[in-house]
Amino acid sequence: MSNKIAQRVPGDQIHIVVDSVSQPFFDAGKEGRLEIQQCSHCSTYRFPPAPFCGECQSEGVHWVELSGRARIYTFAVAHRSPFRGTVPDFTYVPVVLELVEAPHCRVSSNIVDIDPDEVKIGMEVEIFWGDITDGWKVPLCRAVKSE
Amino acid sequence: MPEAGKPWASIVGVGATPYYRRGESYPLTQYQLAGRAILAACEDAGISVKEIDGFAYYSMAGAGYGGGLDTNIIMEMLGIPEIGFSATLTSGGNGSAGSIGLASAAINHGDAKYVVTLMVLQQPPQARLGNAFGRMEANPALAFLQPSGLHGPGYLMSVLARRHMYKYGTKREHFAEIAMSQRLNAMNRPEAIMRQPMSLEDYFNAPMVSDPLCRFDFCLETEGAIAVITTSAERAKDHPHKPVYLYGAHSGGHKDWGRAFTAMQMSEDQFATAGNQIIAKRLYERSGLGPQDIDVALLYDHFTPMVLMQLEDYGFCKVGESGPFVESGAIRYDGGSIPVNTHGGQLSECYIIGMTHIREAVEQLRGVATNQVAGAERVLVTGGPSSLPVSGIILGS
Repeated sequence: MSNKIAQRVPGDQIHIVVDSVSQPFFDAGKEGRLEIQQCSHCSTYRFPPAPFCGECQSEGVHWVELSGRARIYTFAVAHRSPFRGTVPDFTYVPVVLELVEAPHCRVSSNIVDIDPDEVKIGMEVEIFWGDITDGWKVPLCRAVKSE
Repeated sequence: MPEAGKPWASIVGVGATPYYRRGESYPLTQYQLAGRAILAACEDAGISVKEIDGFAYYSMAGAGYGGGLDTNIIMEMLGIPEIGFSATLTSGGNGSAGSIGLASAAINHGDAKYVVTLMVLQQPPQARLGNAFGRMEANPALAFLQPSGLHGPGYLMSVLARRHMYKYGTKREHFAEIAMSQRLNAMNRPEAIMRQPMSLEDYFNAPMVSDPLCRFDFCLETEGAIAVITTSAERAKDHPHKPVYLYGAHSGGHKDWGRAFTAMQMSEDQFATAGNQIIAKRLYERSGLGPQDIDVALLYDHFTPMVLMQLEDYGFCKVGESGPFVESGAIRYDGGSIPVNTHGGQLSECYIIGMTHIREAVEQLRGVATNQVAGAERVLVTGGPSSLPVSGIILGS
């Protein structure tokens, strides 16, 4: 055991900008929903948000709400603050997630409330949303407790 | 298109400044470093700087990720009267090797006669590469990456390394072999920054940065400049040194690798690779050569796992088997079947975003390398596995 619990990267240090293509993702996130684009022509999910479907080149799109269930595809364990001089060192676990309904769509996130030694590839997680600056939220995740 | 087996161009001059630790090239400016490297390359080539008539850059003609190189300023500074070519490969260190292909394109199209490829790197506190993605001004694409704390290249690469370990059973000992074998190569090289021995114990005692990668899995933070002069294959013999020919170059890549670890959307069969499989295929097709023909492999080593993955991509071992392959001693200068990064590479000699590899290739083919591979005739040099276009070249005597 590392005697450390994975924290999130502090939200008050995170600044994002959005454009008209990406904004619906973050607008839904503000309300706690995970929504991604689905091509209205060939139904392919696409992520990160993009103006054209890479499969059929259609611009038509639906924003579809997904469950927020995902699996850890890979991860790192970091102990140094990305904001040295401003934020003291802390332990965090950047994860790359595969969405259960759209496994080819990978979402970068932090897993929290877990000992980093217990994080494993393939682990099921649930996405929730954490505050950052300017009223936006970003996707974070927790392990799904086995029944 | 050049015929397979026939040289496309030749490298006739290489010039470098001394190599510096981070901060130690101050108070030289990036243009002073650039000028010194270019003049040294001209001297090596036996030409006047006034004969330079082209520039083929990579990394968007950047100098590190904190400055840019402007052909106008270099022309004014060095008194270069006229140019017929000034262009860059896009993205970053991915194009270091490929920039020689760009130079060759200019030469074979008749645009220029002597083309300079150049990199200058200084890393003042506000421009350290280790935090490159954390420092970038926010943009819509970064909103999907930066909030997770994947704020530097090493962090981004550590998750690829983890996936390779998961899929193939690769171990930290395999990363250590990359670091230790290259350190051995640097130990007798006068130019090298890191010349003290590194044991497996030293490796495992190094601080973890982004688990599974520790400090010794990261390349050095160094400074300096290197310039290379490319000309036609026919002109190679008009210069003082033994000719070094370009036998093939390819820059590009596949959508399934694409933005790579700056977006993490690579296909499953691409994720734990260096994105160079298709480069290897095209390069071997275009040169008529294969991995069995390569005597020295100078593989872009910003992070140890990417050397493993390039050994797979370029066919020196099977996919997933690079760990046991290096464990067998295969990449050692002393007795290995394919010596890798014989100068110590970016992990132990010096990091100038890929240019040190081109310098070493030229030394190997002139027969004057510190760790000379006996009878070296064909050398592979790769650009940085990162977003497209990734690149590779084959140089030969």
